[in-house]
Amino acid sequence: MNTMLITGTRKGIGRYLVDYYIERGYRVVGCSRSAPDFEIENYQHHELDVADEKAVAKMVRAVAKEHGGIDVLLNNAGIASMNHFLLTPLRTVEQVFATNVFGTFNFCREVSKVMAKRKYGRIVNFATVAAPLKLEGEAAYAASKAAVANLTQVIAKELADFNITVNAVGPTPVATDLIRGVSDDKINDLIGLQSVKRMGEYRDISNVVDFLIQPESDFVTGQVIYLGGVS
Amino acid sequence: MKDQIFEIIKAAIDELNEELEYDELKDVTPETAIFGGESGIDSLSLVRLVVDVEAGVSEAFDTEVTLANEKAMSSRNSPYRNVAAFTDFVLACLKDAS
Repeated sequence: MNTMLITGTRKGIGRYLVDYYIERGYRVVGCSRSAPDFEIENYQHHELDVADEKAVAKMVRAVAKEHGGIDVLLNNAGIASMNHFLLTPLRTVEQVFATNVFGTFNFCREVSKVMAKRKYGRIVNFATVAAPLKLEGEAAYAASKAAVANLTQVIAKELADFNITVNAVGPTPVATDLIRGVSDDKINDLIGLQSVKRMGEYRDISNVVDFLIQPESDFVTGQVIYLGGVS
Repeated sequence: MKDQIFEIIKAAIDELNEELEYDELKDVTPETAIFGGESGIDSLSLVRLVVDVEAGVSEAFDTEVTLANEKAMSSRNSPYRNVAAFTDFVLACLKDAS
């Protein structure tokens, strides 16, 4: 049974991915800052802050020890901040970067160490269309995800010799808590910028992840795949 | 503790050398060169070695250490230059972590 580690599994896209990949035969280990309100066979949960370097290292080592390795990492955990940048406190920017960038970095590094030992691994990070679209009001969020995209492309090169691929999927808005506070008008404006003018769905994301993590995708790395025809 | 760290490093080098088969790594002593200079392993092998030693230290001392911290990068004399230096570096990291 292959082992998949997904961050940010308590709700939203992460929660969906837990069900989706357990149904497809994976053992899934997830994490979030607080306890989940569900229990599923073949799912284990760890409570931690993804930006906590030591906690991440401890979790990853425990998972690798118990299951003999980690095959797939999905760095889904993310937080958003939507505000005019003139009204954005630095503390908010720090929090957004801590989860989105430092959390992704921590898990990429620790899980890669485990994957490198077996010379196999698939890592998928989470970007956003907000970065290439340069969306107003999302400076901190878009900048953090632009950092994730670049991190993905650089470490893809550094990990290629270990047969570890690192790619990213860039979702459009999907109906989750992340965009709960955004007005319908703003969402419609955003959808208007996409080539395919509809709201994203969970299946759009798992479809891309499926492609990126399959063993046959060993020649696909350093790619950021944006949904909805955004480039 | 230092002897234990030496054994962890030695075991990691032995495992790595099962694949590399370098003569100079066959009998690991404190003077065995690891990385940099004219002898020793390449950077990819160093990554594997460091990862194995981190795992060994975690197992033996129940403490998480990251052996590629700023100290390693800023040390004038690389902690990876030989087994003795690497042993001292691991010991220092362990002390920092506890």
